Amino acid sequence: MVALYIVLGIVALLLLIFIGTYNGLVGLRNQVKNAWAQIDVQLKRRYDLIPNLVETVKGYMQHERGTLEAVTQARNLAQQVASAGAAVRSKAEGELSSALSRLLAVVENYPELKANQNFLALQEELTSTENKISFSRQYYNDSVLKYNNKTQMFPSNIVAAMTGFKAGEFFEVTSPEEKATPKVKFS
Amino acid sequence: MWEQIRSNRIRSILLVVSMGILLLLLGYFFGLYFLGDAAAGIAIALIVWLVMNLIAYFQGDSILLSISGARKISAEDHPRLYNIVEEMKIASGLEKMPDIYIIDDPALNAFATGRSPDRAAVAVTSGLLQALNRDELQGVIGHEIAHIKNRDVLLMSMAGVMLGTVVILAWYATRVMFFSGMSGGRRDSRSGGGGQVQIIMLAVGLVLMILAPIAAQLLYFAVSRKREYLADASAALYTRYPEGLASALEKIAHSTRQLKTANNATAPMYTVNPFRHEGRAASDLTSTHPPISERIRILRAMSGASPADYERAYEKIKGRPGMIPRSALVNSGSIPLRAPSAAAGAVEDSAAQLSRTRDTSDLMWRLGNYRTITCDCGTRMRIPPGFRDRTVRCPHCGRVNHL
Repeated sequence: MVALYIVLGIVALLLLIFIGTYNGLVGLRNQVKNAWAQIDVQLKRRYDLIPNLVETVKGYMQHERGTLEAVTQARNLAQQVASAGAAVRSKAEGELSSALSRLLAVVENYPELKANQNFLALQEELTSTENKISFSRQYYNDSVLKYNNKTQMFPSNIVAAMTGFKAGEFFEVTSPEEKATPKVKFS
Repeated sequence: MWEQIRSNRIRSILLVVSMGILLLLLGYFFGLYFLGDAAAGIAIALIVWLVMNLIAYFQGDSILLSISGARKISAEDHPRLYNIVEEMKIASGLEKMPDIYIIDDPALNAFATGRSPDRAAVAVTSGLLQALNRDELQGVIGHEIAHIKNRDVLLMSMAGVMLGTVVILAWYATRVMFFSGMSGGRRDSRSGGGGQVQIIMLAVGLVLMILAPIAAQLLYFAVSRKREYLADASAALYTRYPEGLASALEKIAHSTRQLKTANNATAPMYTVNPFRHEGRAASDLTSTHPPISERIRILRAMSGASPADYERAYEKIKGRPGMIPRSALVNSGSIPLRAPSAAAGAVEDSAAQLSRTRDTSDLMWRLGNYRTITCDCGTRMRIPPGFRDRTVRCPHCGRVNHL
């Protein structure tokens, strides 16, 4: 009789641990999803800002047609792969980032543009959106790391394998230019 | 990586609990002497504490914001500040965007308030907006968001209320003792059997009444300082750029202005202690904030942005570990730092500073309901809120402008 109670107690305890671990995994997976949605919001915001930016600087930068076109092209490409996985996306977004930073680097040569109120407001928005993208990526990667640790470490990996939790994908920066961000000074 | 928040919270809660024990002890002796019943004293202490807690919980943030004269702003009022707060909200994984307030004060400071992360606000002084560049402001906002994320505001207001209750009870007890010549105590000793025990208890009670407020204050300061270090570590983690906060703290340390609207109760909410005295190093035990120079040195000694890096830097500067518990650091390696943001620039030119000053003053005028109109000759005029006329003459060219 006592043995039965002990066995029942152990089973109940295991069940409780199982439930707790499962709920923890669900929570982490949702956090990863939310973090990914946040990156999405910021990337969309960047797509929306770029036509405005190109429109504003076009009049001033007659000789930089190539740079402007590269930005527009990179933006359209990035928007096309917007529903793809993290790996494909981060490559396209990395290219867009580097095209943008090239554009902002040549702005240095146009003092009248730097005095334009409209451009200054856009520049602040763009700087901040770039920051928000990297901060949301940072938070996303932190969340993925935490989630992956949980799915791979003992004993939670048993629960994860039984209930089908798969490891998440990191949002890495693949473009070499983006990794070594050129130090642009547009004060 | 985020686990240190939890284990640090346990330590802070321990400190708050010891303040609670102090409060109960005080209530016990208070009841014993003046009411002849220890339980009644404890009940009174608890009721006072509960009422104050309820007020602090439901009204604390609005009281704090209104006594500091803060005014709420929107994204259009100051895009840079709004963006930076949003950036830090994203980096910290906070779910709701906190409200943003501006305090019209040339002193450099900022604070966070709100009982939960869903109902939070950050406030910065206009002086701070004017003095700091983008990276520095980001560091300061990161520190404030960390206070919200780590739930320091709730913890500190709970500790503050406890401190307040202890001080009030002790104050009241000493007054009563003074005026009544301790008649209550004597009556008790006459009726009780063991006079010796009574005298000892009386002595203990007396000492407690004098020491309790001081002890509570010291405990309160200890909690507060711990939270400041932790908020610094979190700000470095969010921004990946501890130099931003370090250089902001340096600017704040060099500014000589004191905040007009701070008082002892609101002090721990600020980034730096608003009551710094020039030329006097804040002594370690009796301050709500660690010395600024030490915080700067720790931030500058960081070789990465993770809490583990902060702990290493802390150990190097202070010569002892203990900011973040060992158990929390097992899984957190070093995180590389980022380069300063392009917009901030390594060396600041006067043009950037000038434009920041102009932005800030425009904002303050706008918040004061002044209207700005620009005459055709380029002169900008500010129209006060009570202005009745429909036209205004430009003082430079004499053109009549219609409002």
